[in-house]
Amino acid sequence: MGLFILRRLGMMILTALCLTFIVFFLTNLGPNLEKLAKSEASVRMPDDQVITWLDNRGFNQNVFVKYGEWLGVLPGYVIEGTDGIARARCAQPGQDPADAVRFCGILQGDWGTSSVFKSDVLSIVSTRLGLTGWLMLSVMLVMVPTALVIGVMAGMREGSKLDRSLSTVSIVTTATPEYVSGVIFIAVFTTTAVGLKWFNGSARSAMDDITFQNFTLPVLTIALYGIGYIARMTRASMTEVMTSQYIRTARLKGVSFRKIVINHALRNALIAPFTVIMLQFPWLLNGVVIVEELFQYKGFGSALVEAASNNDIELLLGISVVSVFIVLFTQLLSDIGYVFLNPRIRIS
Amino acid sequence: MDQLTWTGSLGTWLDPVLGIVAAVFGVLVLTQLVLSLFAPAVTLQSNADGSLMARGGPLGLVETLVGFALWGLIGVILVYIIGGVLLPYGDAGIIGAISKRFTPVWVALVVTFVVSVRFKRRLGLYGKLFDSTVGMIGFGLVMFWVFTAFFGGLFDLIATHDSFAQISSLKNKLPGIPVPDAAEKGLFPHYLLGGDNLARDNFSRMVDGAWIVIRIAPLATLFAFMVGITLGVPAGYYGGALDTVLSFLANLILAFPVILLFYLLVTPEIVDTGIPSYMAAFLFIFPIVFFAVLLNSRYHTQPSKRAPILLIVLGTMTLLYLSLISQPGTKVVLLPDWLDLYNVPSGILVVFVSVVFVNAPTVFRIVRGLALDLRTRDYVAAAQTRGEGPWYIMLWEILPNARGPLIVDFCLRIGYTTILLGTLGFFGLGLPPESPDWGSTINEGRKLLQIYIHPVLPPAIALLTLVLGLNLLADGLREESLKD
Repeated sequence: MGLFILRRLGMMILTALCLTFIVFFLTNLGPNLEKLAKSEASVRMPDDQVITWLDNRGFNQNVFVKYGEWLGVLPGYVIEGTDGIARARCAQPGQDPADAVRFCGILQGDWGTSSVFKSDVLSIVSTRLGLTGWLMLSVMLVMVPTALVIGVMAGMREGSKLDRSLSTVSIVTTATPEYVSGVIFIAVFTTTAVGLKWFNGSARSAMDDITFQNFTLPVLTIALYGIGYIARMTRASMTEVMTSQYIRTARLKGVSFRKIVINHALRNALIAPFTVIMLQFPWLLNGVVIVEELFQYKGFGSALVEAASNNDIELLLGISVVSVFIVLFTQLLSDIGYVFLNPRIRIS
Repeated sequence: MDQLTWTGSLGTWLDPVLGIVAAVFGVLVLTQLVLSLFAPAVTLQSNADGSLMARGGPLGLVETLVGFALWGLIGVILVYIIGGVLLPYGDAGIIGAISKRFTPVWVALVVTFVVSVRFKRRLGLYGKLFDSTVGMIGFGLVMFWVFTAFFGGLFDLIATHDSFAQISSLKNKLPGIPVPDAAEKGLFPHYLLGGDNLARDNFSRMVDGAWIVIRIAPLATLFAFMVGITLGVPAGYYGGALDTVLSFLANLILAFPVILLFYLLVTPEIVDTGIPSYMAAFLFIFPIVFFAVLLNSRYHTQPSKRAPILLIVLGTMTLLYLSLISQPGTKVVLLPDWLDLYNVPSGILVVFVSVVFVNAPTVFRIVRGLALDLRTRDYVAAAQTRGEGPWYIMLWEILPNARGPLIVDFCLRIGYTTILLGTLGFFGLGLPPESPDWGSTINEGRKLLQIYIHPVLPPAIALLTLVLGLNLLADGLREESLKD
């Protein structure tokens, strides 16, 4: 068990390194840096000045060196610029480059500065992540129980009318991407054209104060897309358990159907959905980006959009580190959880 | 011309009927669901007089009633559609006028269904689809959009206006608004689904959007399958280091948040560096590799046949491939102009590449899993004993036996690709901003969603029904292919 976790951890770190390097490489390509130089210094800068500007700030080093510096395993550059000013990667604003610390990368907790928000990436990412955390938590609280109930009810009597109706419902929800269901929800529940006006069409106010009115639609929109998928997996797992030998034995012994479902089948049927729920996080991340855009909720997802569309390299890197970490960590958790939940593996 | 109402004179008596039938249907379905939780499941019930009842009790009764109500509902909806087609323009309102515009689609659908049901026993898996209600509904929805795209895109039979033309007085106007001076200018007399924020016709944009989606989504899925199959079958069959490396790469791409990947690939700066073009060159070579190996492994014992077949097939494919990736003005210019058969707009190519790139790893994992399972079968051992080469076994023994799950996944994946295309449009990535595709239209319309809902709903519902159709079709196919 310990070896298994260690191997998975090693794999996870390797994957994280590869992924962050890809993002780093793509965001540090020539045209992106030129755009950065022009937006930071002056838009009408001639090409040779762009090159010296980038040279002086260490942007034209080898990409592996830059990646190492950003990661914090290589010492940050100290460059005597062509304009006579010495610059160091790790120098604080106003600090003499000679006094700066040698290493400053994400491993040292120095995530750089966002060029759009003009503040520390780490603080932006953590506040945004906090906001998205509430959204994710509410989505999980709605999605998981609903999906499990639908899946178990559909799977306990395979082929029944209940099964067919619930399966159709789950197919419909998996066919509705967030930007479609969100738009329909807003149109139906918030506009004067329909006239219901039950909820708010924007979740902007939920950033300070979450209420039923401003948070229901975003949560429902994300949850809906996931419900169908989890429910279908739960249904498959439940039908498999319901046809197994020990359930038949219980029925032959005369145990009531209700007792069989609750006491015998449920626990075994919920092992597989656990993995699926954990692996839903990458998809949730996707949904979060769309929904935060649609409902103007300034969370992690909308930070991603703002960083990506404004060429904010440091912020984009910070965001991708966090999202890659979330994805890989939930994968690890689902592997370990599966081993713990499944007695056949746990005991052997 | 006057403003059209939703259902016109047909609606004065049909609307109440629809309301009643729908209400009855809804109540019955709810009753059935509640009852099925408590009532005992009776499949066969013996009566006191010795006769058998297929489904007795209150549950059986409700089930029969639900069946009747469903047919009633379908009947009423059919009256709307047929009435719209037959009644003179305008009498059946907006619904009727739309239905009239879709006449070629209805005809094509009816012909397809009649022919398919008539000959379903001779049509293999496709014919079996017509044994399952879910599959038929899904197939109907998908074919509706396919025919719409086909008739609208190739023959321009369905759209009422040019989807880029603006009539400034109709900006954001509600459905059914008459076009001023339509008769003099030779225009269609109404904006059937209203105007959008740039005063363009919503209905025509929805129809033209279908043509874009139907052209890109299946083709992109096909390419993703080519990549996934060409890499997945050997990974599963050989295992070992090849499998480890490829699986690691696939997991790498899968761990990427899709939207971040799109932003990284589709921004103009990255397109300038040529990375998407190189990726296109890499990804689109897989069909050639696939067919080269497929045909070579089959015909390598008959050299007289092999040379001409390979030459013709691979020659054509290589020309198509080079025309596809070679773009004047980008980093990849391989063919001279006179040989370059067609040029894909570079935005579309980038969209295409990113969608294939996102889908291929999942296909790879599925194919690899199937190959891992199938390589232990007896017929593989038999082929090995006969002395067949590994590629023959992979592509002519294992792959045909994996076709069931692959066809089902293909349908599902077209739906997923449609969703991805919509996502790209929703974030305004890749496709040109004026493009009528559904994602971009939703993106444009959502800015004024609080005030005007009618520009957003048609593309949203169109996308929903197409993806739903594909999912139902996949479900039907899965059910039918499991039966034998």
